[in-house]
Amino acid sequence: MSEIHPENTASIVLNGVRLVVDSSHTILDVAKASGIEIPTLCHQEGWRPDGNCRACLVEVHGERTLVPSCRRLVADGIEIVTNSKRVQSVRNTVLELLATESGLTPEIIDQTTPTNELSKWLTEYNIRPRRAYDEMTHSLPKPDDSHPAFIFDQTACIQCDKCVRACQEEQENGVIGVAGRGADSKIIFGLNQSILDSPCVGCGECVQACPTQALIANQSIADSQTIESICPYCGVGCALNFHVNNGQIISVDGRDGPANHGRLCVKGRFGFDYVSSASRLTKPLVRKTGAPKDPSLLDTENLGSFDWSELFQEVSWDEALERAATGFKTIIDHHEPDCLAGLGSAKGSNEEAYLFQKLIRSGFGTNNVDHCTRLCHASSVAALLECIGSGAVSNQVQEIKYADVAFLIGCNPTVNHPVAATWIKNATKSGTKLIVADPRKTEISDFSAEFLQITPGSDIALINAMLYVVVTEDLVNKCFIDDRVDGFEAFQAHIQDFSPELMAPLCGVSPTQIRVAARLYAKADRAMIFWGMGVSQHTHGTDNVRALIALAGITGNFGQRGQGLHPLRGQNNVQGASDAGLIPMMYPNYRSVEDKNNQDWFEHFWSSSLSPKKGLTTVEIMKAVSNPNSDSPMIRGLYIMGENPAMSDPNLHHTRAALAALDHLVVQEIFMTETALLADVILPASAWPEKTGTVTNTDRVVQLGKAAVNPPGEAKADIWIIQQLAYRLGLNWAYSGEYHGVSEIYSELRDVMGESFAGIPWARLEIEKSVTYPCAKTTEEGSSVVFVDRFPTESGKMRILPTQYRGQTEKTNHTYPFSLITGRLLEHWHTGSMTRRAFTLNSLQPCPEIFLSPKDAEDLNVLNGDMVSIFSIRGDISASARIDETLAKGTVFLPFAFYEAAANILTSDQLDPNGKIPEFKHTPVQLSKSRSHRHMSGF
Amino acid sequence: MFEVNSKIETKTLINESQYFPDRLIEYLHRINDYFGCLPKPHLSQLSKLIGRNEADVFGVASFYHHFKIVDHTPLKKITTLRICNGFSCCMAGSRELAQSLSQEFSTDSHINIVDAPCVGRCEQAPVAVLHQYPIINATTQKVLSSIAENNISHPPASDKRHQFSLTEVVHQQNGQIKISETINPDWVGLKAYKRNGGFNLLESLRKGDISKSSIIDELIASKLRGLGGAGFSAGRKWDIVSKHTGPRYLVANLDEGEPGTFKDRTYLERDPHRFLEGLLIAAYIVGISRCFIYLRDEYHGCRQVLSDAIRQIEEAGIIDRGFIDLRRGAGAYICGEESALIESIEGKRGEPRHRPPYVAETGLFGHPSLVHNFETLFWIRDIIEHGSNWFTSHGRRDRSGLRSFSMSGRIKSPGVKLAPAGITLHELIEEYCGGMQAEHELYGYLPGGASGGILPARLNNIPLDFDTLSQYGCFIGSAAIVVMSHIDKARDAATNAMAFFADESCGQCSPCRIGTGRALNLMHAEKWDQESLGDLISVLRDASICGLGQAAPNVIESVNRFFPSEVINDE
Repeated sequence: MSEIHPENTASIVLNGVRLVVDSSHTILDVAKASGIEIPTLCHQEGWRPDGNCRACLVEVHGERTLVPSCRRLVADGIEIVTNSKRVQSVRNTVLELLATESGLTPEIIDQTTPTNELSKWLTEYNIRPRRAYDEMTHSLPKPDDSHPAFIFDQTACIQCDKCVRACQEEQENGVIGVAGRGADSKIIFGLNQSILDSPCVGCGECVQACPTQALIANQSIADSQTIESICPYCGVGCALNFHVNNGQIISVDGRDGPANHGRLCVKGRFGFDYVSSASRLTKPLVRKTGAPKDPSLLDTENLGSFDWSELFQEVSWDEALERAATGFKTIIDHHEPDCLAGLGSAKGSNEEAYLFQKLIRSGFGTNNVDHCTRLCHASSVAALLECIGSGAVSNQVQEIKYADVAFLIGCNPTVNHPVAATWIKNATKSGTKLIVADPRKTEISDFSAEFLQITPGSDIALINAMLYVVVTEDLVNKCFIDDRVDGFEAFQAHIQDFSPELMAPLCGVSPTQIRVAARLYAKADRAMIFWGMGVSQHTHGTDNVRALIALAGITGNFGQRGQGLHPLRGQNNVQGASDAGLIPMMYPNYRSVEDKNNQDWFEHFWSSSLSPKKGLTTVEIMKAVSNPNSDSPMIRGLYIMGENPAMSDPNLHHTRAALAALDHLVVQEIFMTETALLADVILPASAWPEKTGTVTNTDRVVQLGKAAVNPPGEAKADIWIIQQLAYRLGLNWAYSGEYHGVSEIYSELRDVMGESFAGIPWARLEIEKSVTYPCAKTTEEGSSVVFVDRFPTESGKMRILPTQYRGQTEKTNHTYPFSLITGRLLEHWHTGSMTRRAFTLNSLQPCPEIFLSPKDAEDLNVLNGDMVSIFSIRGDISASARIDETLAKGTVFLPFAFYEAAANILTSDQLDPNGKIPEFKHTPVQLSKSRSHRHMSGF
Repeated sequence: MFEVNSKIETKTLINESQYFPDRLIEYLHRINDYFGCLPKPHLSQLSKLIGRNEADVFGVASFYHHFKIVDHTPLKKITTLRICNGFSCCMAGSRELAQSLSQEFSTDSHINIVDAPCVGRCEQAPVAVLHQYPIINATTQKVLSSIAENNISHPPASDKRHQFSLTEVVHQQNGQIKISETINPDWVGLKAYKRNGGFNLLESLRKGDISKSSIIDELIASKLRGLGGAGFSAGRKWDIVSKHTGPRYLVANLDEGEPGTFKDRTYLERDPHRFLEGLLIAAYIVGISRCFIYLRDEYHGCRQVLSDAIRQIEEAGIIDRGFIDLRRGAGAYICGEESALIESIEGKRGEPRHRPPYVAETGLFGHPSLVHNFETLFWIRDIIEHGSNWFTSHGRRDRSGLRSFSMSGRIKSPGVKLAPAGITLHELIEEYCGGMQAEHELYGYLPGGASGGILPARLNNIPLDFDTLSQYGCFIGSAAIVVMSHIDKARDAATNAMAFFADESCGQCSPCRIGTGRALNLMHAEKWDQESLGDLISVLRDASICGLGQAAPNVIESVNRFFPSEVINDE
């Protein structure tokens, strides 16, 4: 509690006791602090108090009527009574009336244990509604069970409006409202539609809030054990509780963690039954002798029900591990270590990422280790390291509430970072102005002050034009530039070529729009920049980010809350996996592998000799399988843990052929993914809720998750598998302790992370669960804002670099006139291997769709649901059409989560020269209305 | 393709170059007036146009009685026929009328017959309203011919009346305002109003010939109190609001909805400029940046008069265009509650706000707001011109001032009676109303509409004014007096009132949302369950957020106290 100053204190009398309290507190707060119980139903800590249920009424001396304690602030001199006869009698009648409204008869109250807040109070105060208050029963509305995850039973509703506040004020999804009035008032979804027909996004915040179980998840949390963990979907890192019964996750709810404060999205709340899916891998598998590796089966088979027993046979762990290790050793013996590579995962823990790269580097003897950061923020990290010396975010998402302006470019947070989006939406209500630039009119643009619907791939033209406006209109922060920026003079000269008038036609917006946006950003006292894959996934992704860094730099937007740069991280542990060294050019903590000192240090630390040569990146590894002419040795063996390049890499025909051509492919997985189908050895591993370990979110918060359930069958913990392989590759590791030595592994990682993790020992995480890094001392909170007075570069200053507009690598033309953008849907994560096996998520979004603009649909004579084929120079796929008003004419969107219409068959594997990231956000394609029906679908 | 139609239609009907989210209710009216209903596709389009989500738009539209939401665009306009079920109309036979009309139109889906709460024409009971056309002293035959002639709009009134003088009304001794036999009496246009000295006071105030403080002092001395029912000192209110930091708004409450009340309508349809001058004087003195007039939707004729009158003073340069914003209610009694009214002007569901904060400090759009009933502002000019002494010189039994009683029920001459404060019912009936109707004997009366309780015939000699009725569990409120005779029952009046409250409860707080309905159920019993009703009385009075719920049980207590034999079996 903060110190109390005399000017904000109140001297009050509470039930006869004189108290001096903080005058910003409500009567309810003060009563609670004094140990006095007051029943509440419509109240939720931290939310706007509504005061409608009237259960919390108290008597305030001198007032005619009773007063709702949840919203009345204490004032000097007031006398409050919470337990008088008058209060008790009125409160009991209120609860009695609410019981009748909620259909709780004396029989129900007597016969069941209280399962919700209302029944709990009725039981506690021994209230049984009298028959005289029975509702004159008219026809009772049937429960709305249209949604796969939860039910709304209006007859149990007491109109407390918590669901409305959850939906409208917390999550700001704007779906739930109150209709009608008086006794006929009721909770509605959308235009009084069924939940499924309404614009409900299924976040379930309403279900979590409901005090009467009128809104109730299909699975209840009764009689369960609670395990604290972190959501594995996306980089926001929401804290959650797994409720476990009989070895199964029964339900999930939001926990008060720093990133979410109890909020979750549809994936985080209703997306965990994949863990207990019947299609989990439960036995180690090896490819049967002579069984062909045929990538074409990925094009033709229904993978949801494909019988792979023809291809693989079950073996013991010993045999599988031996086969896996021998395969790698044989390649090292006959060829060289650089013929091997490993793809780790940003979906696993820090400990797994650390062990995995340690195995590749010291066990394989190569730096050919990478993970999917290469496909998402590699260009961001490259530019950030180059310009400001660190790849992490400078400021945390929730600081947006301190920002006057936030510039969101190439990100779609309501879909990809839904809980982060709620904080962004909340901030707009308290005055933060948004500038949104995106080829799609995303939902977040509804909250924007300025929206620029730009042509795909024109980011650099837009940002440079904004920089031009800032420089030429002298909106720069001179002091900041003088003190903390290198390279401004050269930059100033360079930017003269990028006037809005020249750039606007490339961007598809007007020069005025660019000027307005630039001025809004530059004139803000505090401005933040958020970006996502729309910026990074281009062959000029690094340039895009360099330009954004320059924008923040010349306007001096570093060092305070509500300023800085925030690349929204896509996967739950992409920050941590990169920190832990799961990248081919860096050891853990971003220490270059080409620096001899670093090599010496790690050779000593790991007692192992290491390669001095930086390794290949994700897409380069695939290219090196089949390209004997390249500089590097041909890749012959690959160890993949929890990645699915046969869906996520670009140019899939090529990628899949490469995977099939490998001499030895070991895949450590929880499902028979598209990649696993091409493996020699498959090691059944564990899903996130089966793991204990740490993950680091987009905000640089290190968070601990505990195993809630055991892996099915013979499936094993990933860190056990990696250690077993290490042992068979001759490494002498010895980690001991609970969960396969996870805390010792973390401690080793912490040693490598130096100052950043110094203040975050495992024991602290056990207590606090979440700590922001950098954190130098165990007694300190981590730094939410970094680069406060210097940048982690040699000079301590940031660099700004000139960038050129080069346009897209492949340009739309007569044959391929449309620009294809790939991405995610709210319900499906990454390649869909988890979410498509989650009942609720897959029910909500069961099949692939090609999103096209109303105008293009009209031109092609296509209606919603018509089959459409989409072609690029590399291949074609078909799916049903979905007309999408958020798209501009000429732009097509395709999610990459569906094997039935794998988007990456179309995309190009040309790479950004620095970040080595492919151009997922622009592929020239052609569309045609198709007669054929999809030949396969579903899970 | 239907979507395209609804989009174009919505834009065409609203017909604005710029959309304001707070004007939602105005936009809903434009669609509803056209179709006789609100088709969902149009609500969806409207939600996009004004940038408010669909649940929000639906929630607002469904809150108000006058909007009817339908799934699909109707092929033919739906016409709603409202039959007043206020107690005065019921006494005049409106229930029988409703029954006979429902039978007539049981198969016609384009005539939508609904019971309406008091439409504010109790002196012309029974009343039916066909879309916007009031049928007074209605009979089945009159209604049928109106339908046949498609009389669905209120005929405009002429502004050719020469004069309307409150002092003259008072000096006529019997305080009668001549009741018009029509629904559109002539009104005093700007020329005539100015000819009789209108707007001179405002002008001298604006010129600085009269000081602001002298006017506030005069007003305080007149003891003019809020005439909407709450009775707060008008002068003090001005003082309080003017001390809060601007911008400040003035909100005129013309949502005259208390059953039995029709005084504001009676004055407004005759002399709108007297009200506007009062409003502008208040606005000038308090330093108001914009005025909002919230007029109940039932008063279609007044809306025309008022918008014409506002246009007249705009054209005459008395105010800038847009300084007064005339807003239209949509059928919700609760919007007569000042904070609910403010919510409604903001385009929301009319749910009362919690206090504190008070609207004088945090009102419309979060700014300090001066909220006045129509009649309070109507009196300003006369009180200043004639002096507070003139006003306070009236009164009987130590009460001072004049009150506009809306008299209806079993009396010979119903209507608005301007009478001295402190007058008794007996005096009102005998001096002002021509006595009881033939062969009717006084049985009891409602002194303050549905909220103010019920008094028995033997208490026809007590002074009627603010504060004088509290010892009887009653209050005068808006001075709407409904007179019952020996053929009526107090329990019927009470049940009628409770049904009204249950219907008009906004539903926000649980005691009122649930309690009014449960009380109504119990009141239907021949013998009342006093224990259960007693607990409901306490919970409504002590736990409701606003005055609606708090006053709702007054009628129960009145019946128990003054008419016990009606609800107890003589076993």
